[in-house]
Amino acid sequence: MNAFSLAIKNLIRKPGRTAALTLLTAFLALSVFGGSLVVSSLQRGLHSLESRLGADIIVLPASAQSKVSFEKLLLQGTTGAFYMDASALDAVREVEGVEIAAPQTFLASLKADCCAVKVQVIGMDQETDFVVQPWIAQSYSRSLGDMDVAVGCKVEADVGETLRIYDENCHVVARLAPTGTGLDTAVYCNMDTMNHLLAAAEQKGVSHKITSDSEETISAVYVKVKDGYDIDQVNSKLNGHVRKATAVRTRSMLTQVSDSLAGVSRTVSLLIAAVWVLALIILLIAFAMMAAERRREFAVLRLVGTSRRGLCRLVLTESALCSLAGGLIGIGAAAAVVFPFTTLIETQLGLPYLTPDARTMLLLGALALGVTVLVGALASAWAALRLSRTDPGATLREGA
Amino acid sequence: MSLLELKNVSKIYGELKALDNVSIHVDQGEWVAIMGPSGSGKSTMMNIIGCMDKPSLGEVLLDGVDISKESSKHLTDIRRDKIGLIFQQFHMVNYLTAVENVMVSQYYHSMPDEEEALEALGRVGLRERARHLPSQLSGGEQQRVCVARALINHPELILADEPTGNLDEANENIVLDLFAQLHKEGTTLIVVTHDPEVAEAAQRTIVLEHGRVAREIINENFGK
Repeated sequence: MNAFSLAIKNLIRKPGRTAALTLLTAFLALSVFGGSLVVSSLQRGLHSLESRLGADIIVLPASAQSKVSFEKLLLQGTTGAFYMDASALDAVREVEGVEIAAPQTFLASLKADCCAVKVQVIGMDQETDFVVQPWIAQSYSRSLGDMDVAVGCKVEADVGETLRIYDENCHVVARLAPTGTGLDTAVYCNMDTMNHLLAAAEQKGVSHKITSDSEETISAVYVKVKDGYDIDQVNSKLNGHVRKATAVRTRSMLTQVSDSLAGVSRTVSLLIAAVWVLALIILLIAFAMMAAERRREFAVLRLVGTSRRGLCRLVLTESALCSLAGGLIGIGAAAAVVFPFTTLIETQLGLPYLTPDARTMLLLGALALGVTVLVGALASAWAALRLSRTDPGATLREGA
Repeated sequence: MSLLELKNVSKIYGELKALDNVSIHVDQGEWVAIMGPSGSGKSTMMNIIGCMDKPSLGEVLLDGVDISKESSKHLTDIRRDKIGLIFQQFHMVNYLTAVENVMVSQYYHSMPDEEEALEALGRVGLRERARHLPSQLSGGEQQRVCVARALINHPELILADEPTGNLDEANENIVLDLFAQLHKEGTTLIVVTHDPEVAEAAQRTIVLEHGRVAREIINENFGK
């Protein structure tokens, strides 16, 4: 017999009280871990979006719809296509302060017999691209060949398989790392492949031409500004110089996402804080009630020689065991709720959402467990202190 | 040889003198009863002797050590090492079995020894009830477990506060027989009681009134 086994015996032989305390701490751990996981996933998603956009400015067709479609593509993975004349690329390059201008062309496949899946196809110029290729390089070391495609992690096609788009067979050569954004649902190819697919789409009645006689079209130009140039000024110049196009600072797009994310994070953080305070208060009440109920028991222990410190240690051991068990149950429950519903959460929030890696999740779990045990210890320490100061002789003579 | 000596001990609560200049001594191996009406200072005296309280004035020598000057932590050590306490209520830890209740006292004293704890329960006639929880024991049985717990660390002094106050006659006799046996083995006993029959079982009775020692009665028939 020792202080630990005494604590265990008490917990086992008082199952109602133990279950109530464990449940309470489990609820606390669930909210802390679940909430932290969601906030961390959102932050990671934003960071991922930042690195995937990678450009200072994005030039899009002037129509109001194009910017909305582009944002929907980025955040929700909604397919869409908008075009401007390819001459816009030359106009962009003419503007002073533009270091790199990399064009992309978009094509949405159909949910029809001609296409295996409905996806966004993004064609990029491999010579100038500085956004997609570093990402592809993480999983594929070579350049994309003709009719080769790299697929986002949410596209249902494995490396080595053939993906049919507008009755053209594309070879899947790479599967890209997750970004937590709409880009995970897209398919990437070089410009030659894209031109081939555009022609095939044309035959199916899906036109990419702005006018009947226009030849080359593009959807977006990613711009990197030279060092020493003010991005806002370059952005203004682009808006003035490039006809029928709108230059948008990527930061402004990210700011909107970031603002939404900050709102969600604030709500979740407030929720965690509220649960934390509530749990602390309830635990304080629970331990105070327990202290009142166990006055005689602790008086007996004091009289058989337990020191005040020994008594505190006993109460803290009990609360630590309860909190630890509750913490593990809560974390397990949070994992069971959050992980299977990642897609649903992502869809509901409409924000980039990238689940943290195993190490970060372990850290978050340890943090949630630490917070839970700390709250349990804080609540019980007060009760333990009160109990240890009680006069044991007087308590036992009360005949309580 | 004196085990316990109170020299001019007073305990004052504001205007009230719960103990007023009390001086007594208890020899090693002696069985002393303390009697008195409610409010006479019995419980205050028991608290002071049992290291649960300190006097306002005077000295309390237990085995030659003045416990009135000791720190709270040291008093806990003295209580654990030298005193076995028994109360009127059957104070057991309700989630521990009879044998575990005895062992918990061993744990805080030295080291738990289940066999020794079972022997102590055997001595109070409860070995076969060792694995029962307090809720499964009668009042008399619970009090006997408390006696076993008080004995387990071989204390120099057994201090009992109305130990038979809640017992029927049969159990009262069992407990008094146990005290008699302990006395024969050389254990010092101080029993606080209202009951003249319990007091008569002791060698000497100290009667308290209004916080003072009113008289002492030597039991001429003791041991006969």
